[in-house]
Formats: sequence, C-alpha cells, structure tokens
Amino acid sequence: MEFTIPWASLFGGMLLGLSAALLMLFSGKVAGISGVIGGLLNPQKRESSWRAAFLAGMILSLLIVAPLGFALPDISDKNILLVSFAGLLVGFGTRIGNGCTSGHGIVGMGRFSKRSIYATLAFMVTAIAVVLIRRLLGAL
Amino acid sequence: MNHSKAKIIRIVTGWISGALFGSGMIISGMVDPNKVIAFLDIFGEWDPSLAFVMGGALIVFTPIYHFMIKKRKKAINGDLFKWTSNTTVDGTLISGAVIFGVGWGLAGLCPGPAIASIGGGSNIILAFTLSMIVGMVGANQYLAGRLPLPIVGYRKDISAITAEVTSNSTTPITNQ
Repeated sequence: MEFTIPWASLFGGMLLGLSAALLMLFSGKVAGISGVIGGLLNPQKRESSWRAAFLAGMILSLLIVAPLGFALPDISDKNILLVSFAGLLVGFGTRIGNGCTSGHGIVGMGRFSKRSIYATLAFMVTAIAVVLIRRLLGAL
Repeated sequence: MNHSKAKIIRIVTGWISGALFGSGMIISGMVDPNKVIAFLDIFGEWDPSLAFVMGGALIVFTPIYHFMIKKRKKAINGDLFKWTSNTTVDGTLISGAVIFGVGWGLAGLCPGPAIASIGGGSNIILAFTLSMIVGMVGANQYLAGRLPLPIVGYRKDISAITAEVTSNSTTPITNQ
C-alpha cells in the first residue's frame, strides 16, 4: 500500500494554525468558528466588529485562493433535507458543547485543555460511528 | 495602547485571520464533505489526509501558544485573553459535542468549511448555514433558560448556569 503525504492538507492545516495563533496573539480571541458566529448572534460590547471582519475574511478567502488553482468542490448531489437537519444539529451542538472542530480541535487541543480534548474525542468518535452506521445501512 | 488603536488591531487581525482561516479550509480540502466523510470512514476506504489538517494546525499553533502567548498577560493590542478558566468536563460539554458529531458525520460539514464555502453559491451550503444559525439561536435560548427541549424541558437553575456560561464561554451569554 503506497502512501503519499497530502501536502495540500498539511499546508492548509498550517494556515489554520497560523490564523488561530495570530488572532490570539494580537487581539486575544479564540479562532473557533462556531464561537465567532455564536457571539454575533448574542452581541456584546466590543465583540461584534472583529467577528464580522473575521467572517468577511473567511467568505472572501475563496477569491484569494482562486488564482492558486484551488476551487470549491461540487456538492450538488447532496440531499438538501439531510444537510439541513445536520446543520441544525451542528449549530445546536456546537453552542451547547462550546466549540467545534476549530475551537476545541485546534485552539483547545493546542492549549492542552482537558475540556477540549474530551469534546474533540466525543465528536470524533460520534461522527465516525454515524458514518459507520450509514455505511452499514447502505448510505441513505 | 489607546482605545481606537486597540480596536483597529482587533478588526484588522480579525479580517486577516479570517482570510487565512478560510484559505486554509479550502486548500486543505476540509470544504469537501465527501473527503470529510472518507476521513471519518475508518472502517471502510479510509482517507487519512484530513488528519494532516489538524496535525498541521497543531504543529503551528501549539508552539506559538506555549512559547509566546502563554507568557503574556494581555494580547498585543491590550485586550485580555478570552479563554476559559473552567476545566470541568460536564454532561453539557459532552452532549453538545455528541450532537455536533452526529451532524458532522451526517453532512460532512462543520461551521468553518460552511462559511468558507458560502461564496460558491451552492444552495446546499446555504441551507446548511441557515439551519446551523437556527440551531445556534435555539441553543443560546436553551442555555439562557428560555427554550424548553423535548424530554429535557427547560434548563434548570438559570442563575448558576448564567454564571457558568459567562465564565467558561468564549462568548458570554447573558440575559439582557
């Protein structure tokens, strides 16, 4: 079995780490996407403009990487009802669990936070189980 | 550092970090739900490449945090660090993570890739993002004790919870 290092994934991941480090070093904030959005939905003083700027940067990043030959995949074959249901769970779960793949998985794990390590394990194991169950059921 | 300078740094850093984050999401392949599901499919045709995304992020973030950030009392612009002092692993944390895991496994999408993909104009992404926001509003309302859930009902003992949420959340939730 041959294995090649997925350089694009590694490099993209390093950009995520750099982004989270810069945001925390310069302005003390946690680069957790669910937290950034959740905070906008529950606005506090001095907590909205940087969040809006962060999300604007994220949305526009599509234009930054396009000249490098990176584009979004075509996902039009996905079931929109299933995706919408999943969206509800993702939104609800990340707020109750106080973070997602970025907040817990990168910033929290990098800080060796016990809560984040447990949360990351919990959502990874659950997602792996869901994928396994769907495969056993013959993918809906 | 004066007030307006701190604010400018906060906003400019926010934009630059957001642009880097979104670029990282697209370049790494996290924006592809099929790739995410293949990564989670460890009992099938496992595609381990996305493990390198978290690995890559951690090899950059972890040393910068431990050698540069942790030593500081405040961020460069004078703002306080926004991480939690709470170290309790509780049922709320784990049940939230499990609910998130179900959604992530079903769609192969999490909040970061969804936001980075909005500009692509896919109605799948828009549907996911809108439902996600509805879910977040619902969770915020539940945490504030204003929304009952099936079976669970209203969240009890709001005063303790509000204090807890305020102290351990990166986005303090208060009743205004």
